[in-house]
Amino acid sequence: MTTTETSTTIDGAATPDPWRGFETGPWTESVDLRDFILRNYTPYEGDASFLAGATEKTQRVWETLEKEYLSVERERRVYDVDVDTPADVDAFPAGYISSDDDVIVGLQTDVPLKRAMMPSGGWRMVETAIREAGKEPNPAVKEIFTKYRKTHNDGVFDIYTPRIRAARSSHIITGLPDAYGRGRIIGDYRRVALYGVDFLIAEKTKDKDAVADQPFSEHWARYREEHSEQIKALKKLKNLGAQYGFDLGRPAATAQEAVQWTYFGYLASVKSQDGAAMSIGRLSGFFDAYFERDLAEGTITESDAQEMIDALVIKLRIVRFLRTIDYDQIFSGDPYWATWSDGGLGEDGRTLVTKTSFRLLQTLRNLGPAPEPNITIFWDETLPDGYKEFCAAISIETSAIQYESDEQIRERWGDDAAIACCVSPMKVGKQMQFFGARVNAAKALLYAMNGGRDEVSGKQIVTGYEGVQGDGPLDFDDVWNRYERMLDWVVGTYVEALNIIHYSHDKYAYEAMEMALHDSEIIRTMGCGIAGLSIVADSLAAIKYAKVTPVRDETGLIVDYVTEGDFPTYGNDDDKADDIAATIVHTIMQKIKAIPMYRDAIPTQSVLTITSNVVYGKATGSFPSGHEAGTPFAPGANPENGADTHGMVASMMSVGKLDYNDALDGISLTNTITPAGLGRTKEEQVGNLVGILDSGFVPQD
Amino acid sequence: MTICEATPTTGADGASGDQGFEAPVGRAAGAGLVGLELSDADRSEKFARMRAGELGSVHSWELVTAVDGPGTRMTIFLSGCPLRCLYCHNPDTMAMRNGEPVEASELLLRIKRYRRIFKNSGGGITLSGGEVLMQPAFAATLLRGAKEMGIHTTIDTSGFLGAACTDEMLADIDLVLLDVKSGDPETYRKVTGRALEPTLKFGRRLAEFGTEIWLRFVLVPGLTDDPANVETIAEYAATLPTVSRVEVLPFHQMGKDKWESLGIPYELGDTQPPTNAEVDRVRDQFRAKGLTVY
Repeated sequence: MTTTETSTTIDGAATPDPWRGFETGPWTESVDLRDFILRNYTPYEGDASFLAGATEKTQRVWETLEKEYLSVERERRVYDVDVDTPADVDAFPAGYISSDDDVIVGLQTDVPLKRAMMPSGGWRMVETAIREAGKEPNPAVKEIFTKYRKTHNDGVFDIYTPRIRAARSSHIITGLPDAYGRGRIIGDYRRVALYGVDFLIAEKTKDKDAVADQPFSEHWARYREEHSEQIKALKKLKNLGAQYGFDLGRPAATAQEAVQWTYFGYLASVKSQDGAAMSIGRLSGFFDAYFERDLAEGTITESDAQEMIDALVIKLRIVRFLRTIDYDQIFSGDPYWATWSDGGLGEDGRTLVTKTSFRLLQTLRNLGPAPEPNITIFWDETLPDGYKEFCAAISIETSAIQYESDEQIRERWGDDAAIACCVSPMKVGKQMQFFGARVNAAKALLYAMNGGRDEVSGKQIVTGYEGVQGDGPLDFDDVWNRYERMLDWVVGTYVEALNIIHYSHDKYAYEAMEMALHDSEIIRTMGCGIAGLSIVADSLAAIKYAKVTPVRDETGLIVDYVTEGDFPTYGNDDDKADDIAATIVHTIMQKIKAIPMYRDAIPTQSVLTITSNVVYGKATGSFPSGHEAGTPFAPGANPENGADTHGMVASMMSVGKLDYNDALDGISLTNTITPAGLGRTKEEQVGNLVGILDSGFVPQD
Repeated sequence: MTICEATPTTGADGASGDQGFEAPVGRAAGAGLVGLELSDADRSEKFARMRAGELGSVHSWELVTAVDGPGTRMTIFLSGCPLRCLYCHNPDTMAMRNGEPVEASELLLRIKRYRRIFKNSGGGITLSGGEVLMQPAFAATLLRGAKEMGIHTTIDTSGFLGAACTDEMLADIDLVLLDVKSGDPETYRKVTGRALEPTLKFGRRLAEFGTEIWLRFVLVPGLTDDPANVETIAEYAATLPTVSRVEVLPFHQMGKDKWESLGIPYELGDTQPPTNAEVDRVRDQFRAKGLTVY
């Protein structure tokens, strides 16, 4: 491919050189988005004054959507389901919100908010969801996916071991992606725009045939088969473009096409996969190169640029998957985590903030606040002041921005990394995660003390472990040793389940579209996770620093604890308790690392339950910390509810003591601050929020 | 109490809309002395060390934002207060004997730990209470130590013990949160059990010294809300050139439980928070004097 090539559009008009005006480099020879961006983006150090409001067209589209679709959906939970057409990249004809919907186009099905079946994950979930939406499944489709076509869910349960089934039914391991799409894979959707699909097909074909003369092995066969699947998906992507009147075979030649092509890449993915998190990556710097060029050419105005980003964001707000009510309860609603990562610094020290970073935030003003796309800012003290202040102002106005430490992510994963879901970082197009839900680390402590009996049901779930002996006060060393041993079983069972799940997912529900927008050789991580960290930390601190006496029922099962005296609690920047929390995270990570992973994935860990704390709490008994049976866990790495008594910033210091190397998949701390709690004036509020973020994301002296 | 729990009570039972803004009557003292080693000095040694400013009676510490001064601050609540304000939010800090013995050096280590936060947020330390000037030597040690580290310092005081604040100590204070609880001496005595004049005198001294002041007034219906009473404070505030803001803080009942648990009779059990209209009226009285008012 050269920079002087021209091609024609479907209607026959000549297309200008798509790469005109761009600085060339290695990116012109092979797929290298990072190189393209670093050579062609324009860092922006100014403030928000250049931004444009919503155009009339944007407002009309948004109003139509609200009035005719979103308000109806809110009333009946699911707007509509197509029960006849199993979803695929090009399974549905073109659809539009209204006749004004012509800036950035494309819907998952032919009607906004109409949901599609994705039965490769498992038929039962699909059928339940259809019935819960008030419709009847089509028997012919059901027959296909129960009789002729095996699903991911079928595959997993063919392999699951007895101990996994026991752990699942006692809820020590829950929420596993064994009946739905795993998600947490970010296709590099920018590739569609920069190179066009024809080039991507050619590259994948080359990669596939690069190993053609090697002898057979299972690894070799899978590599070739997966490449074939990816190439087929790319061809379907071209079909999808044609359905809307675009030739995605060639590179995007204008900013509008760049946004449109990129969106088609994402749209193709959410048409063919319903992963728990379908994140979009890191787009602002990429788009900005096109916007700057077209603005300089005089072919677009600032208002046009904003209209395109607004139109894209509207589309990202109406992604819908067919979920069950149970699923919605685990995830507290209907999220799909279209996470859009932005901000941060390049490895060359320049800010990666561009005017388009501002345009993305501006959508929250132009369209009003919404949880999707999940805008995630990679924060660093040295980000431009104008951007920091704009982020803080929009946060205060909308509560719709998430922040991550840029330094931690950049040092480990480079400067073209993006977040999948809420905290999981990955190099875009070069890395994917095997999503691992999480294990209930708190319940594991109760199992340790009860010798493997479930504290809720009384059933013996794990055999061969002795619980604490006698009725006297608990001894810290004794309990810790038992906890470590019980963790061997819990973590072993958990990782075994994950290995099975991802083996089966690759086999029966492979993400061909998303993986086609990855390099052929990629990094895979196994994203393990824990829930209940603060409960274990505080309970162990209670056992160590206060007097904790177990209370047994008539069968000898410990069902409660009497705790006398004071003990330090995690979340107050008190090293005594915080060190226990850090040790727990480290110990669990060591145990995970000791187990071989499917496809040689790099094991990682997250401490991030943002949404499922109620569900975990319900299935768990009482603790020495005073945490009561059946009550919700605190989210992620948060201190126990009410145990953080020395201020939010102190709790940030505590969380900061968890070693990122032990939790490379991310650590979350959820805080609620009302604007009034940040200062008397907007200016004061902005300044104080910037100060909190600067403090919280930077290691202390 | 942390800012993450601050919830606005907008419109609730007709009360003022910004009670979630917690300062100072709306804000309880922190909960405990996490991370600090307590002194094990014996009784006579304690007295000697307290007089030397090496040891203090401390109720708690907390990291807060947007209360107790600018930015994110470490607020240290000292124990002991000469006043007995009817609406006191922290009656558990009234008696010095209820505090814990903490070495100044121990607190300064903790302050040092948060230097970067203070720098990032434009914050610092605030000595509150109780009454910080009940322990002037201890306060002086902390303020000096903080200034040596280049940290912004604030004291939150009624000013009643202003005479205990030496000029040397004043030089180490960047901002004073001066709680003027009433403008009329009789009302002041009714509210606090003490005389008003020492506070007014301390305020004038701060102004002469050039120390920045945030003047605070707690609006309690039926107790401090008389327009004439407010007018007197507003006139006084207008005479102090270093007053950079006035904060009118609506009374509320968040301290009630503490009085009850301490077994001290609480006289304001039936008092309602002021309405938004009342708070606006009082703020306007201050604004009319050309003051910046929140």
